[in-house]
Amino acid sequence: MNFFLTIILDGLIQASWLFIVALGLTLVFGVLKILNIAHGSFYALGAYIAATAVTVVAARGLPPSVGFVAMLLSVALIASAVGLLLERGLLKMFYGRDEVVLLLVTYAVFLILEDVTKLIWGVNPIYATQPYELFGNLEFAGLYYVGYDLVLIPISAVVGFAIWFGLNRTVIGKIVLAVIHNEEMSVSMGVRVNRVYAIAFAFGVLLAALAGALTAPKISMQPGLSSDVIILSFAIVVIGGLGSVEGAAVGAILVGLARAASVHLMPQAELFMIYLIMAAVLMFRPEGLFKRETARRI
Amino acid sequence: MLAAPASAQETFKLGIVTFLSGPAADSFGVPARNGAQFVIDQLNKGSVPSPYEKVGFGGMKIEPVIIDENGGATKQVQELRNLYQRDNVDVVLGYISSGDCLAVAPIAEELKKMLVLMDCGTPRIFEEAKYNYVFRTAAHATMDNVGLVRYMKAKNVKMDTLSAINQDYAWGQDSRADFVAAAQQLYPNVKVQTDLLPKFGAGQYGTEISALVGAGSDVVYSSLWGGDLQAFILQSAPRGLPKRSQLVFSAADHVLPPLGDKMPDGTILGARGAYGLMSQKSPLNDWLFKGYEAVNGVYPVQAAYRITQSILGLKAAVEKAMIKNGGKKPSTDELVAAMTGLEWPSPGGLIQMKLADGHQAIQPIAISRTKYNPDLKRVDLVDIQYFAAECVNPPPGVKSIDWIKGGMQGAKCN
Repeated sequence: MNFFLTIILDGLIQASWLFIVALGLTLVFGVLKILNIAHGSFYALGAYIAATAVTVVAARGLPPSVGFVAMLLSVALIASAVGLLLERGLLKMFYGRDEVVLLLVTYAVFLILEDVTKLIWGVNPIYATQPYELFGNLEFAGLYYVGYDLVLIPISAVVGFAIWFGLNRTVIGKIVLAVIHNEEMSVSMGVRVNRVYAIAFAFGVLLAALAGALTAPKISMQPGLSSDVIILSFAIVVIGGLGSVEGAAVGAILVGLARAASVHLMPQAELFMIYLIMAAVLMFRPEGLFKRETARRI
Repeated sequence: MLAAPASAQETFKLGIVTFLSGPAADSFGVPARNGAQFVIDQLNKGSVPSPYEKVGFGGMKIEPVIIDENGGATKQVQELRNLYQRDNVDVVLGYISSGDCLAVAPIAEELKKMLVLMDCGTPRIFEEAKYNYVFRTAAHATMDNVGLVRYMKAKNVKMDTLSAINQDYAWGQDSRADFVAAAQQLYPNVKVQTDLLPKFGAGQYGTEISALVGAGSDVVYSSLWGGDLQAFILQSAPRGLPKRSQLVFSAADHVLPPLGDKMPDGTILGARGAYGLMSQKSPLNDWLFKGYEAVNGVYPVQAAYRITQSILGLKAAVEKAMIKNGGKKPSTDELVAAMTGLEWPSPGGLIQMKLADGHQAIQPIAISRTKYNPDLKRVDLVDIQYFAAECVNPPPGVKSIDWIKGGMQGAKCN
C-alpha cells in the first residue's frame, strides 16, 4: 500500500509544477492561438529571477520566508512586464498571419531569451536553496518528504482553480471566452480584443515564470533549462487538449503519475512512458482528452 | 611535414578545447581552462619545477588557441578541422565529453594530425578502435570504479545490497557497468536493487530519491556530476538518503567547493585521480595547488589537474623528440613517436602511456570520505587511500569490462 501511495505522491509533486507551466501554455494557445515555443524561456527566466531575489535577500541576512515572498513578487512584476512588452511590441505585428509565422516568431524569441539569460546570469549553475528548507520535512508512507515539495501541490491546485474560476465565473473570464469562441462577434459587441490578448499573454508568461520560480530552490539553474520544460509541457497540453484548463490538469497528473510509476517499477522505460501516453491518447482522441467546444459559424 | 630548426622566436601553437559554456563548464570546462592558462603562463616564464624548468616546449613559447567544447559532436568535428586547417595549430589538446572524444578521434586520424585527449571517461575510445595520431593522457572510467570498490572492501564497507543512479548516456552507462561488475567480483553476494538511469540534465530527482530511499540498499552508487550531482545531493540529503545508505560517488570532488556544508559527511568519493584535496605532497603538486589557488581564489579540482598533466606530457614528448632530432621543432610523426609509451611525472603522480600500444594512460587514484571542516568552512577529504595505477587499471591488451569480469587478473596492488 505504501508503495502505491509513494507513487501517487511522487507523481503529484511532479505534476504540480508541470501543471502550472502547461496551464500558461494552454491559456496562450486558447486565447491567441499561438503555439508558444518561447514558453520554456519564460520558465527559465522565472527561475533565474527567483534565484536572484533569494540570493539578494539572503545576502542581507533576512530569513528564507522573506526570500520566498521576494521571489514570488519579483517574478510577478518582471514576468508580467516582459509578457506585455513582447505581446505589444512584437507579437501583435504578426496577428492574422499564418500560424507557422507566429511559431517561428516565438522560436526566435526563445533563442533570444536563451542568450539574454546567458548574458545576465552567465553559463555557470546558479543555486538559491534557502527556501527549500522553509517548510521542514514530513514523513509520509514511510518516507521523508521535503515540506516544500508537498506545498507545491496545494499551490498548483489553487493556481489552477483561480484560472478556471477566473475564466468561467467572472465577467472578465466570460469576455475572454467570448474572444476565444468568436473574435469578430466580440469586436462587434465592443470587446477590446487587443487588451484581452495582451492580458492573456502576460498571464501565460506569469504562469511559466511562477513555475520556474517555485522550482528554483530545488534545482541548479543553468543553460538548457528551457528546452526540457517546453517539450514536457507541450506533451501535457497535447494529451489534455490544446486550450483546455481541465486538460492541462489531467495531462500533468497523467504524466506525473506515469513517470513516477515508471521510475519505481520499470526505470528503463521512464523517458518512453510520456510519449506512450501521448500516442495512446491521440490514437483514440486526436484532439486530446478535453477537446474545446467550438461554436459552429453559419 | 618537415622538421624545421627551432628558434627563440618560434612558437608552438596549441589548440585547446574545453567547455566554456553549458552544463559542464562550471564543473570541468572552466577549471580546465583556468588550469591550462596557469600552466602555459608558468611554462612560458620557465617557472615550473623540475623536470619542466625549460621555457615553453623546448624553448618555444606556447601559443594557445582556446575553443568552446559546447555545442555537440558535429560542431566539434568542424571546429577540430578549423583548428588544424585554418588556425594551423601544431597539436589539439582537450575534450571532456566522451561523446566528443569518440567523434573527433577519427577526424584527427584521417587528417594525420596529433590529438591529445585530456579527459573523457569512456574506455571505448581505444578499446573499440586503433589510432596512431590520437593519445589520451588520463586513465579512463574503469579506474574510478575499480578504485571505489577496492576502497570499500579495504574499509569493510557493508554492501549486501546496491542501488545505482547514473545519467543515461555513455559516461553514466559505462561507469555503472564497471562499478556493478567490480562490486560483483569483490562482493560476490551483492544484490543489485534499484538501478536508475535518468536523462542527462534531469535536474529533479524526487521520484528517484523515493525509489532509492524505499529500496534502503546498503550502498547507493552514482557517477552523476556537475549541476545534476549537486541537485541530487541537495534534494536527497533532507530526505534521509545519506543516513539510510552509504553514498558512493565516482567523480565528485568538483562539487565540494560549491556545496560546502550541504555535502553529507562520510560520503565516499573519487576525483578521477589523486587530485586536489587528495593529491600527494610533491614540489610539482605544491606548485600547481598553491599557484592555481592564488590565481583563481579556489583550489584546483580534477579538470585542472587533468589538463595540467596533459600539457606537461606534451611538453615531455616535444622535448624528447627534440633531443632525438637535434633540437628542431618536431614534425607530427616525430612527436607521435615520442609520445607513444611515454612516462612523465605530474602533480597527480606518474602518468604512463601503457595501454592501447602506448596511446592510453594509466595513473594512480585516491579515494576518500567527506568531512565538513567548520573552521575552514570547506569539505575536507579524510581517510584517504591511494591505489597504484596497475591495481585499478586493466593490463595492456584486455578490454576493461572483460578484465573486471575475469577477476581483475594481474592487478598489482602493493
